[in-house]
Amino acid sequence: MKINERFYPILATLAVLVLLYGYGIFEHRAFSDTYVLGALLTDNAFLIITAVGMTFVILSGGIDLSVGSMIAFIGVLMAELVTGFGMHPVLAALISLIVGSAFGAFMGVIIAKFDIQPFIITLAGMFFLRGICFLINLDSVPIDHPFVAAFSGFKVPLPGRGWLTASALLMLATVIGGVVIAHYTRFGRNVYAIGGDRHSAELLGIPVHSTIIRVYTLSGFFSALSGVVFAFYTASAYPLAAVGVELDAIAAVVIGGTLLTGGMGFVLGTFFGGIIMGVIQTLIAFDGSLNSWWTKIMIGALLFGFIVLQRLITRSFSGMRAGAT
Amino acid sequence: MSNAVLSVRGAGKFFPGVKALEDVDFDLEAGEIHALLGENGAGKSTLIKVITGVHPRDAGAVLLDGQEIHPQHPGDAQGLGISTVYQEVNLVPTLSVAENLMLERQTRKFGLISWKKTEADAKAALDTLGLDIDVNRPLGSYSVAIQQLVAIARAVALDAKVLILDEPTASLDGEEIQTLFRIMRELRDKGLGIVFVTHFLDQVYAVTDRITVLRNGRLVGTFVTRELAQIDLINHMLGRELAEVSAHRHQDEGSYNGPARQIQIKNLGKKRVLEPVSLDLKAGEIVGLAGLLGSGRTELSELVFGTQRADSGLVFLDGEPVMLRSPRHAIRSGFGLCPEDRKQDGIVAELSVRENIVLALQGRRGWLRPIPRAEQQQFADDMIKALGIATPDSEKPVGQLSGGNQQKVILARWLVSKPILLILDEPTRGIDVGAHADIIKLIKELCDEGLALLVASSELEEIVAFADRVAVMRDREKVSELVGAEITQDNIIAAIAR
Repeated sequence: MKINERFYPILATLAVLVLLYGYGIFEHRAFSDTYVLGALLTDNAFLIITAVGMTFVILSGGIDLSVGSMIAFIGVLMAELVTGFGMHPVLAALISLIVGSAFGAFMGVIIAKFDIQPFIITLAGMFFLRGICFLINLDSVPIDHPFVAAFSGFKVPLPGRGWLTASALLMLATVIGGVVIAHYTRFGRNVYAIGGDRHSAELLGIPVHSTIIRVYTLSGFFSALSGVVFAFYTASAYPLAAVGVELDAIAAVVIGGTLLTGGMGFVLGTFFGGIIMGVIQTLIAFDGSLNSWWTKIMIGALLFGFIVLQRLITRSFSGMRAGAT
Repeated sequence: MSNAVLSVRGAGKFFPGVKALEDVDFDLEAGEIHALLGENGAGKSTLIKVITGVHPRDAGAVLLDGQEIHPQHPGDAQGLGISTVYQEVNLVPTLSVAENLMLERQTRKFGLISWKKTEADAKAALDTLGLDIDVNRPLGSYSVAIQQLVAIARAVALDAKVLILDEPTASLDGEEIQTLFRIMRELRDKGLGIVFVTHFLDQVYAVTDRITVLRNGRLVGTFVTRELAQIDLINHMLGRELAEVSAHRHQDEGSYNGPARQIQIKNLGKKRVLEPVSLDLKAGEIVGLAGLLGSGRTELSELVFGTQRADSGLVFLDGEPVMLRSPRHAIRSGFGLCPEDRKQDGIVAELSVRENIVLALQGRRGWLRPIPRAEQQQFADDMIKALGIATPDSEKPVGQLSGGNQQKVILARWLVSKPILLILDEPTRGIDVGAHADIIKLIKELCDEGLALLVASSELEEIVAFADRVAVMRDREKVSELVGAEITQDNIIAAIAR
């Protein structure tokens, strides 16, 4: 049976992951240890959680540049609530998630109702949130609380020397949640339809506006969750944290095989995309002789490759066939 | 008709300066295939848009099963049982076939989609049309024909009573069309009312039961297909009554006495677009291009102007071959085109009248030699006066002018660049009556100034009124050339129908 075209990008992503990981194991014995895997899942947890939200945004044909600032903002907010107001971190996290979702919804409403480029609205959101960080706090502050210490100390051992941290577990739960939303709810399918062809989606009777608002709400929620994980993981807050993470998240989504123009892709692919970026970083760290900027070069090269691959796949679609020959 | 499933009574739709639809009645019975015919701008699409709620109607009523309906958007109409399938399929190419069929209707278990059941439902919907394809593949990986059938399957699965097919055959090949017709007949026999919009007359005779013809936004009539001869049908679509005699422009080949520049089109053609056409034009002459929609009128204009690249034949200017790789080359050679779709391809709506007017001249000079502002102003003012462009000043954005004035701006653009050949594709489309006469007058004046003009139009009256020679197009081919006294509406219609 012919492999469904929709799976080409994610198969390419998997192939890249297997190749890179295989190379790592081949070059460095230690790479096969579950310790590396555990570290990969932990270190990239906050990025992948954000990227899951970003996947929905990009699938809908949009973009969300505010997520990096959101992570920093939520960190600073958590520090203020926990240290300043003496709140329990779980309560502070709940408030943070609500605030993050509300801000996402706010941007979504503007994007949907006024039909404005998401790029520009979320760019405004990016500046706004980053600015608010400094309004609350100018310096790096610790988040001191027994619960936070317990969170960052929590570990589930893996066979071998590795372990799964609370961050990694939360991230895996997020990925599973993202997969379910994307593939088993009408909302999820509507996101794909809007990204595939917004005009048609409208004619097919899909509630385009409310779906778009929910997409940005979801992205706000996931980036806020990412901020919470980041704050717990580092046990501190810093207004300049997570600068540029929005771009890393977009890269993870694209390397994960999601079409940058929307309509095609998988949340699971984003997970692989995030891990690939982590593997590249780890490989360069293992090598020791390479400058860390090689990470960027590798990711850039991968992005070039994936974007061209996507173009080739969508170009084979008919509907664009008129005019050829 | 008593068992009309869909009735339109006195429908009207007005856009600024244009009556797109006026006092149109239309009845669709359950279990019939009803052709809706007319040239571009006749009001077919407007009527469909009024029925499906894309445009709110300005007058009249739409009744479904005798009940007046007021759909606000196509989704509403769909909910009521009126589904539309467009030429450019309005489904999502990146989603699977199953998903396209079942969007917003997926079967759910405990709030989550059950893909097994959803796919089975999709298969069942396709089975009713006898279509057996892998529903998991993305829709875009199938041909346009299959995509269209999927769209029809979706419409049928939504319990449609009325199915509107808007130019569904335009991009299908012969076999695909037969499949479509078979399915249309089956659906008709199940009691569906089908509206079939097309510009292929043989298809109208192959599959429809009745025909409604619109012209200039008005109803010409509804006919039983079997009882209407093709020549009468073309008459209804194009002409006024046959007996009517129009004023001719037999001014002894015009009053131009300047240098006799020659443009020869020799076997210009392109595969699947236009059979090779030969046509001669000379300065001071107006050549009309007549034919039905889709006959190759626009295609010939585009090939001569280089918008589409010809794969055979050449164009000669005074005996020298002209390179026509792109419109830029054509403009450099002294050709100009006023395109059919003014808004899309003609004006730059955001730019001012002045900027639009100097556009072609500037393009021809190259951007390194800008036209001084004072000179631009001079051109603009001259043209506004000469063509009677109704604008408060030369700095008003063109998008804010009426259709007739936009057309004048485009004409002005070519006039300042002093072309040798000017191609006008449907120059009077969507222009109100007053401006219409102005444009015709302008065309004649241009000719007297020594331009060679190639004018494509679906308004026979107009062509008869000003053309020195008429090339008649049919099925992407030149079928006849009429000169002088031969140019009558009767002769043109006869040439098209033959």
